[in-house]
Amino acid sequence: MTAVASQDLAAPSSDEPPGGNSRPAVSRTPTWRRLLRRPLAVISLAYLVLLVLAAVFADVVAPYDPADLDLDHVLSGPSAGHLLGTDPLGRDVLSRLIHGGQVSLVNGGVAALTFVMVGVATGLVAGFFGGWTDRVFTWAVDVVIAIPGLIVLLVVLTVFGGNMTVAMAALGILSAPGFARVVRGVTLGVRQELYISAAKVSGLPTRHILLRHVLPRVTGPILVQASLFFGAALLVDAGLAYLGFGVQPPTPTWGGMIIEAASVISQQPWLLVPPGITLALATLSFALLGDAIRDTSAERTGRQSGNARRRSAARRAELPRPAGAPDPAALLSVRGLTVSLPTSGGTADVVADVDLDVRPGETVGLVGESGCGKSITASALLGLLPAGGEIRTGRVQLGDVDLTTAGKSLLRSVRGSRIALISQEPVASLDPVFTAGQQVDELVRRHHGGSRQAVRARTLELLTSVRLRDPESVARRYPHELSGGMAQRVAIAMALAGEPDLLVADEPTTALDVTVQAEILRLLQSIQAERGMAVLLITHDWGVVAQVCQRAYVMYAGHVVESAPVAAMIDQPLHPYSAGLLASMPGRGRPGHHLASIPGTVPAPADWPAGCHFAPRCALATEDCAAPVPLSEPAPGRLSRCVHHDRLIEGATA
Amino acid sequence: MLQLIARRLSVSVLLILLISFLTFVLQSLAPGDVAKTILNSGSGQLGGGYTDEQYQELRRALGLDQPLLVQYWDWLSHAIRGDLGVSPVSGVDVTSAISSRLPVTVSLVVLGTVVTAALGIGLGMISAVRGGRLGRVVDVFSVIGFALPNFWLALLLVALFAVSLGMLPATGYVPIDVSPAEWARSLILPIATLSLSATASFAKQTRDSMLDTLSRDFVRMLRANGASEASIVFRHGLRNAAIPVVTLVGLLFIGLFSGAVFIESVFALPGMGRLAVQATEQHDLPVVQGVVVVLTLVVVVTNLAVDLVYGWLNPKVRVS
Repeated sequence: MTAVASQDLAAPSSDEPPGGNSRPAVSRTPTWRRLLRRPLAVISLAYLVLLVLAAVFADVVAPYDPADLDLDHVLSGPSAGHLLGTDPLGRDVLSRLIHGGQVSLVNGGVAALTFVMVGVATGLVAGFFGGWTDRVFTWAVDVVIAIPGLIVLLVVLTVFGGNMTVAMAALGILSAPGFARVVRGVTLGVRQELYISAAKVSGLPTRHILLRHVLPRVTGPILVQASLFFGAALLVDAGLAYLGFGVQPPTPTWGGMIIEAASVISQQPWLLVPPGITLALATLSFALLGDAIRDTSAERTGRQSGNARRRSAARRAELPRPAGAPDPAALLSVRGLTVSLPTSGGTADVVADVDLDVRPGETVGLVGESGCGKSITASALLGLLPAGGEIRTGRVQLGDVDLTTAGKSLLRSVRGSRIALISQEPVASLDPVFTAGQQVDELVRRHHGGSRQAVRARTLELLTSVRLRDPESVARRYPHELSGGMAQRVAIAMALAGEPDLLVADEPTTALDVTVQAEILRLLQSIQAERGMAVLLITHDWGVVAQVCQRAYVMYAGHVVESAPVAAMIDQPLHPYSAGLLASMPGRGRPGHHLASIPGTVPAPADWPAGCHFAPRCALATEDCAAPVPLSEPAPGRLSRCVHHDRLIEGATA
Repeated sequence: MLQLIARRLSVSVLLILLISFLTFVLQSLAPGDVAKTILNSGSGQLGGGYTDEQYQELRRALGLDQPLLVQYWDWLSHAIRGDLGVSPVSGVDVTSAISSRLPVTVSLVVLGTVVTAALGIGLGMISAVRGGRLGRVVDVFSVIGFALPNFWLALLLVALFAVSLGMLPATGYVPIDVSPAEWARSLILPIATLSLSATASFAKQTRDSMLDTLSRDFVRMLRANGASEASIVFRHGLRNAAIPVVTLVGLLFIGLFSGAVFIESVFALPGMGRLAVQATEQHDLPVVQGVVVVLTLVVVVTNLAVDLVYGWLNPKVRVS
């Protein structure tokens, strides 16, 4: 038994989500069949079946009687007559191994059965009835988990005269609490679902509800935990046999064979190998099988089709093309930015051929629905793409530095001092274990250095500049003690620590209350006015754009579809997607009319059409839209990625 | 925080009472009793045979004729004063038997925890930051470490390093005050065994915790605003990842006490585990019971320590 195994028994549930991930009904193929598609699961299962069959038919399968002595051939090592060699009394090791499986597997089975029965029964009852039952359950679980399991097994063995069946049942009980918690969690979840309440109200007997509706939902976790536990129980069983408990010699057991091997370790160390490996492989098989069951039942049904995969591969070939020249007057100039991310079927471009400029001191909006690629664009600008994400082509020119080719250290020196970030969830964007002051301190120290006092003084200055009323007290607080608005101010202070030229604000107000939103926007505006800092504001909210931005880019499905001065765009959008977004703003709704909305949703990157990405949802779409659409300049300072932009103007004037 | 500790303490006291009482109940359920064991074992000068009168007399002398609760109260009132009774089998004072064995087990478990946690945290951190191949190696070995019986692993190490290479002693224990060097040599293989089976799984859990931390919003925020990579990994990453890791260290420490039972038997180390096994073989309940109580105490104290460290690391718990 491994040292941690006993603990794993007590809490085998760490990576099992409590919400019950096992609903085989969702998928078309049954779980067991999907399980058989996994080679490791098949090998594990085959090995275990082999062990069981060998143990059941031991008398037929074993080449010798396990008790047959052959004193002329002791400790022979593997040979043709004795495939796995002979022990100190000349008994055939293979035959003893086969017979030894009988005791071990039965003991493991007793433990696993007790484990499942106790765990399921208590977990179901506690989860389903709640109330005081649940409180007693929680308390009992706390107590049993704290019991030093192995020693209690020794007590049980003392009291019951070495009876292994009782000991294994005790092992099952002692290990059940962690598992019972899982069952309880799943049951709680199921209980709150409507159809269970309906069943209760309609007077179905509780027993029926539990067995017919709740139990099937916990089968996944039960199988996973039972498999892992069976493996662990085999180790405990062998360990106790090794310590001299349970079935006594000459009856063969795996643990007993290890003791016998230990006594002749200097003459024939080989003897350690067969029982040890047999046992280790059995436990390994149970562990792998458990993992495979977990993975199978957690598997999502929605897989990318082979078709879509090929299409995204085709698009890979169509790019790259050389990026246009950056605008020398701009602070940030993005050209032809194409970003790919890993998906279930390989990689897909989620941002394609984006051009974007931010001039010094300007506030620029980047607008779109969720899933259109605006946040990924922001991450790409900062060199912070998630794992597996990659800038495939394009330039991100920040002053004299191209961030796409900059080395890590250059990128690090740019971040904070020239380009900085504030993000959506203000509280989550602060480290929970440090105070607000410590976190601002760190960035002040990083960018300016100086003594402790100087750093803290600067921190307080920054906190004052973001209009925090009592900066000293805020500096002493931990993030969980701050409100969303206060946390966002602290985050802004952190972003300002390096006096950046450009602040990327990724949905800075989305998670905040409406009144706080307005305050934060005003704060951003005034800071910007004071410092002459440029802001790239990423949002889905036109109200925000109208209030603070001079220009805006509208993104849809990885493309910039329109860019224009904000006032002009709101007045007359030149892309049907911007028009649709603007029309669906609640402020634009007319009393007595349905609020306009764009039919459908943003498609996943793998499903983007080859031509205009918006065509499938567009009322103006024609066959011209099936070919890739470049950005055109229908009016000075305005860009649109639509072949029908003139029809939008006609529609508006007609 | 105080409330949490108070709750933990109350559960702990109940736990110790419950477990010690349960062993008493189990004892009374068992066929035969200590008096019979003594008379049968022959250590009481009587050889094999004895009369019923002798048996009853011994029962009275041992207090076995009293009701269970009275016996328990008697034991408890002594136990609180540190007197865990006398072994009826060997005649040894249980408290002193345990306290002479405790240093062996504690050296084994403490050093095992330190080695495992240090290696595990190191490997886990490196594989979290560097990722890739090392991460997969850690994954594979954590499953193998779970599957290998540690007493068997111990025997393999003995076969290799003690029998074949003759580098280290196969069995035995040298107290540290006799010879620190020999003490260390006698513990190398036992500790290696404990750590080999536990390190990979510890590393895997540390890595998962670290990866979880590094994927959180505040790390992106810090990176984007210019915090150094060293600070992100060692100051913010380590500090946040440490919160679940502390719980893991506690579980490891407790788990190694179970592991030590086997390891002490393989290496013939005179520790508590071996004492418990021998007492179990001899039906020597007072000794087994003493070991149970001491180990429960260890578990309780460990959990309390984990709670305290947890609170110290996690401001949310500390304040509330």
